[in-house]
Amino acid sequence: MPTPDLLTFANAVATGAIRVIDLTQTLSPEFPTIVLPPEFGQCAPFRLEEVSRYDARGPAWYWNNFTVGEHTGTHFDAPIHWVSGKDLPDNAVDTIPPQKFIAPAAVLDCSAEAARDPDFILTIDFVERWEATHGRIAPGGWVLLRTDWSKKSYTDYAGLRDDGAHTPGPSPEVVKWLVEARDVLGFGTETIGTDAGQAHHFNPPYPAHFYMHGKGRYGLQCLTKLDQLPPKGAIIFAAPLKIKQGSGSPLRVLALLPGGSA
Amino acid sequence: MSTPLARPKRKNPLARTRLPLLPLGARSRTAHGLTAAAAEGRFALQVCEDCAHVPYPPRDACPRCLSARLAFGHVDPNGRLIAETTIRVSTDPYFRERMPWRVGTVKLDAGPVIVAHLHGDTVEGERVKLALKLDKSGSAVMLALPAQETPHMQADPHLREMTCDPRYRRVLISDGRNAVGQAMARAFSEAGASIVFVGIADPWKPLPNQAELSKIERVEIVPLDVTDTESVTELAAQNGGRIDIIVNTAEHVRPGGIIERGNLSVARDEMDIRYFGMLRLAQAFGPVLRFRGADGANSAAAFVNLLSVHALMNWPTYGANSAAEAACLSASQCMRAELRPGGVKVLNAFFGPLETEWFQIVPPPKLAPAALAKAVVAALKDGNEDIFVGDIAQDIRERLKTNPKALERELGSH
Repeated sequence: MPTPDLLTFANAVATGAIRVIDLTQTLSPEFPTIVLPPEFGQCAPFRLEEVSRYDARGPAWYWNNFTVGEHTGTHFDAPIHWVSGKDLPDNAVDTIPPQKFIAPAAVLDCSAEAARDPDFILTIDFVERWEATHGRIAPGGWVLLRTDWSKKSYTDYAGLRDDGAHTPGPSPEVVKWLVEARDVLGFGTETIGTDAGQAHHFNPPYPAHFYMHGKGRYGLQCLTKLDQLPPKGAIIFAAPLKIKQGSGSPLRVLALLPGGSA
Repeated sequence: MSTPLARPKRKNPLARTRLPLLPLGARSRTAHGLTAAAAEGRFALQVCEDCAHVPYPPRDACPRCLSARLAFGHVDPNGRLIAETTIRVSTDPYFRERMPWRVGTVKLDAGPVIVAHLHGDTVEGERVKLALKLDKSGSAVMLALPAQETPHMQADPHLREMTCDPRYRRVLISDGRNAVGQAMARAFSEAGASIVFVGIADPWKPLPNQAELSKIERVEIVPLDVTDTESVTELAAQNGGRIDIIVNTAEHVRPGGIIERGNLSVARDEMDIRYFGMLRLAQAFGPVLRFRGADGANSAAAFVNLLSVHALMNWPTYGANSAAEAACLSASQCMRAELRPGGVKVLNAFFGPLETEWFQIVPPPKLAPAALAKAVVAALKDGNEDIFVGDIAQDIRERLKTNPKALERELGSH
């Protein structure tokens, strides 16, 4: 294999021959976070405290301190996040091999189904139909679930009712199958979590967490602009913060696409 | 009868806002015994423990028997207005703006003769009832009220100057998600507040009793999250100039002690919601409240803190929570000093366990949120600074007075 010409790559990015799409939600105090029953510890929402803004607190400089949970905003889930992945090697954000942070993506468009049913569940059958059109999902890449959930109002986005959240996600069978039969790198969604809003009733509960992390795979959630990605062909750059033994982290997720003329 | 209070005219935006001035507030250390009583809406004078004489003004020794044992205690506040006068000219900057001002001499049935401010419905020669009030400077003054309730009595300008009546004032309830916030919204609406802003955090979360809350008259839902500095400053920027009373209802009651909890995340939430939340409200709204302390009949009037009575003595069952409440209590004392130049009061309402889900397994007596709201409105109408609402709060207060160490042991023993 010849050495790839990285300068050509850089030039293509600079000229727009390779497009860069930002799949990240802005970290803001208003963005919904996962809500657990109130007797549990909660994921801290994003908060900003100004340290100075060219004033008496610091005459020539503006800066802030922020607080945030590891699972707030667009964020990465490491295997150590879930009990099923707690004993795996290299399972935390600081020890995951960095080459895992750059990988291709298969984008499954479920936006029509999710629009009809907020509790839409991705099945093996659905993925097999996708493969019939776009080809088999290659090992080592992300599977991203496009639901257009990121376009919703925050209220509809969270989808909270008195019996919990109602947001789309994968079935236990399809997650297990993606890991075992397709050897994917991880699973990504637009919703607040990789699992469906009602996934605590699944067997096992939270299958995207249970199976993906149990086999050392990763999660991405609160993604946006998945509608701008092709079913195949995008490269995802998703590198979490290097937090010592971190279970995940907010991050900037970028997609690289061919086709600057588009 | 008093002239009923009319809805204040809209402010002339071309006129300068009247700046707050204060009546002379200096008192002797002993005379602050009156301030302590006024703060709680009690009437108290010194009563000589040796000869039962009731001296006034407060003294360090009994003028009749020279005893130094002159504790403040309850004294019958009824008497007769024996002389009155109307002051029309004063050199005092505060009173100059408020002329004419009636004062008079009251002979109490208990003995002393006291110079007092006069409610408009008092009549020379008739029976009156003295009340101790905190004036704009925060010091105790005597106010003679008619012996019987009169129509629209609360509208009297002297009385309104010394109280924080919500009628025609604009109120902010900082958190409308919990039962206390919703009870406050109802109580302030019923008390005649002209707008009741109700802060709601995380608008994407379902709001309990949303229909009932929005049905309350003059309630206006506003986005507000006391844990988010930007949210608080934004609301202050938009509405700070038309909020006269702030009631901080943000709460985060979680059981657990200090050691037992094992980590800081809940304690951080407690401090962030209660203590830092209060500081954010104070920093965002404090300057404009203080500036608007004399801004017409609906001037800025009060900041209300709802405090667990365990701010005063830790209850280890809710030990970390008690500590956060104690931090709020300390901050409230600082806020009082900072708001006093504007004539704006800080009301601390202390209470025990509430009838809410976070005290579910605590045995009664527990305080209903509606009862707390009613007590807060009454205290503002009365101009109080510290109230103890419900049996538990009253009990803790008494036990603190008599034997605080015993209280500490007893609260820590179960």
